[in-house]
Amino acid sequence: MSMTRPQGKVLAVAAVLVGIALIVPHTNSFVILLTTRALAFSILVMSVDLLLGFTGLASMGQAAYLGIGAYLTAILATRYHIGLGDDFWLVVALAMLGSAALAAFFGLLAMRASGVYFLMITLALGQCVWGLAYRWNSLTGGDNGINLSQRPRFFGIDFSHGVTFFYLVFALFAISLLLMGTLVRSPFGRSLVGIRERELRMKILGYNTWLHKYIAFVIAGAFGGLSGVLWVHTAGIVSTDDVVLTTSVDALLMVVLGGAGTLFGGVLGAGVVFFVREYLSTLVHWWQYVLGAIYVLVILYLPGGLMSIPQRLRQGRAAPRAAAAGALATASTASSPARGAG
Amino acid sequence: MTKTLQRRAGLLLLAAGAALALRPAPALAQQELKIGIIAPVTGIFAQVGADMTNGFKMYLEQTNSTFAGTKVVPIIEDSQGKPDLAVTKARKLILEDHVQMIVGGVLATEGYALAPVSTELKTVYISSVTAADDLTQRQIGKYPYFIRESWSSSQPMHPFGQWACDQGYKKIATIAADYAFGYESVGGFQKTFEACGGKIVQKIWPPIGTKDFGPYIPTIKSDADAVFSLMVGPMALQFPKQLRNSGYTKPILGGSVSYDEAALPFMGDEVIGDVSAEQYSAALQTPKNEAFVKSYRAKYGKVPSYFSESNYTTAMMIEDVMKETGGKWPGAEAFIAKMAALHVDAVRGPLSFDENRNVVQNIYIKKVEKTTLFGYPKPELWDVVIKTYPNVSQFWTFGKDAFLKQPVYSRDYPPCKYCE
Amino acid sequence: MGAQFWLIQIFNGISYGALLFLVGSGLSLIFGVMRIVNLAHGSYFLLGGYVALSVIWATGSWVLSIPVAAVSIAILGLAMERVFLRPLGFDPLRQVLLTVGFAFLFQQAALDIWSGNPFDIDPPDELTRSIVVGGLHLPMYRIFMIGVALAIGLTLWLVMEKTRLGAAIRATVDDAQMARGVGINTSLISTLIFGLGAFLAALGGVIGGAFLGVYPGLDFEILPLAFAVVIIGGMGSLGGAAIGALVVGLADNFGKALFPEVAYFTLYAPMALILAVRPTGLFGRE
Repeated sequence: MSMTRPQGKVLAVAAVLVGIALIVPHTNSFVILLTTRALAFSILVMSVDLLLGFTGLASMGQAAYLGIGAYLTAILATRYHIGLGDDFWLVVALAMLGSAALAAFFGLLAMRASGVYFLMITLALGQCVWGLAYRWNSLTGGDNGINLSQRPRFFGIDFSHGVTFFYLVFALFAISLLLMGTLVRSPFGRSLVGIRERELRMKILGYNTWLHKYIAFVIAGAFGGLSGVLWVHTAGIVSTDDVVLTTSVDALLMVVLGGAGTLFGGVLGAGVVFFVREYLSTLVHWWQYVLGAIYVLVILYLPGGLMSIPQRLRQGRAAPRAAAAGALATASTASSPARGAG
Repeated sequence: MTKTLQRRAGLLLLAAGAALALRPAPALAQQELKIGIIAPVTGIFAQVGADMTNGFKMYLEQTNSTFAGTKVVPIIEDSQGKPDLAVTKARKLILEDHVQMIVGGVLATEGYALAPVSTELKTVYISSVTAADDLTQRQIGKYPYFIRESWSSSQPMHPFGQWACDQGYKKIATIAADYAFGYESVGGFQKTFEACGGKIVQKIWPPIGTKDFGPYIPTIKSDADAVFSLMVGPMALQFPKQLRNSGYTKPILGGSVSYDEAALPFMGDEVIGDVSAEQYSAALQTPKNEAFVKSYRAKYGKVPSYFSESNYTTAMMIEDVMKETGGKWPGAEAFIAKMAALHVDAVRGPLSFDENRNVVQNIYIKKVEKTTLFGYPKPELWDVVIKTYPNVSQFWTFGKDAFLKQPVYSRDYPPCKYCE
Repeated sequence: MGAQFWLIQIFNGISYGALLFLVGSGLSLIFGVMRIVNLAHGSYFLLGGYVALSVIWATGSWVLSIPVAAVSIAILGLAMERVFLRPLGFDPLRQVLLTVGFAFLFQQAALDIWSGNPFDIDPPDELTRSIVVGGLHLPMYRIFMIGVALAIGLTLWLVMEKTRLGAAIRATVDDAQMARGVGINTSLISTLIFGLGAFLAALGGVIGGAFLGVYPGLDFEILPLAFAVVIIGGMGSLGGAAIGALVVGLADNFGKALFPEVAYFTLYAPMALILAVRPTGLFGRE
């Protein structure tokens, strides 16, 4: 899995990040906007990986937390004029707290189930949030959504400028990556992986596995909220479209595409999907086939996702079952308790 | 060793990406009019997008893509029905492709998302479909580069409510898709219907996408003289069938899209006799429309709906403005001013613009009939026009100021005074 | 709200449940045997409707369209299982996501082949009337849907309970390892069940096509309904699927009729609550 040669991986990731930060601002406004969108969404995707790749929880309702962050930001900005100045950071904090609170509530319900039932219940809960956003017209604008007329301005900087805003999103993305990366390497993070791989054994060893998973769920929710704040500022509008089921499914697919359990894999996956969906679609109209084919081929032939390519190249074609069993297969052992635990 | 390999691969990928991204934006050629068209090419609204772009392209073909000596270059971008993507593509069209104007948008969210972009980037945005009322009502001040050629949701419903009174209906129950377009349609109808003595006795809001109206139909009040329905797409196909199958024999008044050409060709004979109101009917018996319908149908295999006519007419209006300027692009502000001053004899009838830059047009009350038209051999379902209200603006007869004093039509406005 | 209201709503709920049974039974069986959630199930439903349309346009026969659509999509399902799902081995998550990838491909292909216009399937005239019973107008087509669901349900039950094949299937659902141990070819069973699931979904699509329509987006609209049936009824249980379909059909119907304000939640809120209380569904077996 991804724990081999951590220094190499970290340096590679850092190199890519530095590359993005240096090169992208010199491309055209479209690429800058695309990258900004991908980075903002990547925070959500990484939170999904935290749940899937590290804790072994496949959730199909994470878009709800992006929604909380986005709607909260939009409502505070348009109704109370909060969040467009130095109080931007206040809104960030509130959004993360709000999403974490929702995750705390949903987690109590969802964590009673496991495996595919967990998938279903998170799906249902996510759809409840969608229904709420749709019906609560007076608050959310219903299907019209809420328009944000301007970007924030603080520290004397106006973020309506494409490149400046890109740097803001990039910085917050990098910080999120750093925080989540530190989390997964910490003892807590290692316990999560242990729970994902052998929950029964962890319980026997005295770990409160439920609490560990619950905390991970809440943390993922918080980062989803942060993603939402940046997402609504990037697009300038939040609507029920952002909390629809396909958004949650997208995040999951991006994680698997890039490689679950690697954190940065989700970012790669997001990059590929955004590139195909938003850049390729300006060139050809059959981009859907390309995206579908990429999904199918990667799932079939690259069990560890795109991040496993260097490893595969190193080991030649004879990728042992263990490599394939990396993040994904072990995530599924949690869904088949009937097969005998441990 | 591996580290270096990884780094090399990473940098190589970055370089490739950068090379792709850094390709120079196409330069603005001499005497070229670049028009960005934002429509859903893929996704669930793909047919709407196809109808829109086909209508626009047909006009270009008929004029050899040349307006007053200037070559027209349309660039179609796929919004996939998502407002944030519509905005992303709009920015690309304006900042990278250097289009002089944006045309399109379908959903209310797209309109509300694109209009601010037009203001920020000082680019003309012509709505050829998006009907959200408020864009040209209370919010028009924010969008000086926005002009709407298509319609506003409540625009055809105001005369429709009046018409309903004239037919003698006293009490009507409404059943409309539960979203802003539904609210604005019912709102417009209710306002005028109640102003001339009618009563809306019930409002039912099935969620958008409902196909099984079983829960709702038995709750329709029996003292209603008729049902007003606002159904979109697949909902429009199923509702009349199910209502009639339940034994309901009273008339159905369909708001705008309930029976329009996007759905009518796929309906059955149960809808014969149902009435609706819209700014276009493919059955309009004018030489211009007959020519339009015949060409469109020969080319694309289906009867055109307002999606196609609207974009065709938008292209026509753009040409009219370019003729006035002798083919030179007059700049965004001047273009808007000239377009807003146009009086056009379009396929759907005479068009002009009101002071809020929304179109003023005929509204047609149409009844579904099975008949042969325009020389087509087989009898088919057509929306035959039974009455025309000329020169209808978005404010109907209320006057702009009086109208803008009331809030935008919503689920709760106008309030249902006669509902129990 | 007199007796007529309640009777017609019960009838509506049952007929809606009948359609849901067709959609959900296939999904339930697939999960029972293979432990994967087939997210392309909605696509099978929709493609069934589209293929039926093509048959009707080509031959004018609605009756012919039903088996042709169901069988052709069953073959599609079989192919997908053999060629794509089988090589993944036992890896539910990747299998699920693979089905999603295919769902996207199918969606675009359907758009390219049949266009995005909203279609309706026209059954023969006898089925479009309504019969009047005690002042109630009962649409023949709804009665037909109930009839088909009963027939299919009965056939499946007979196969499951009274045939060796059925016994083999039940054994595989209960404990695949043990079943293999006694010589049952679980691999063949899996393929068969997947094909059957696709068959049932496509059948639902043809039958439902005259009731819901056939149009882009229906695939993802029908999926949560199928899930609700399977979750409430319990995965892998046919009887559970029947009960689940009935419960969802009635609850959704009455929910919308009596409490239209919460129409969006009549499906998902109960689903979430049921799972929170009984994580394997009402009749789940794990």
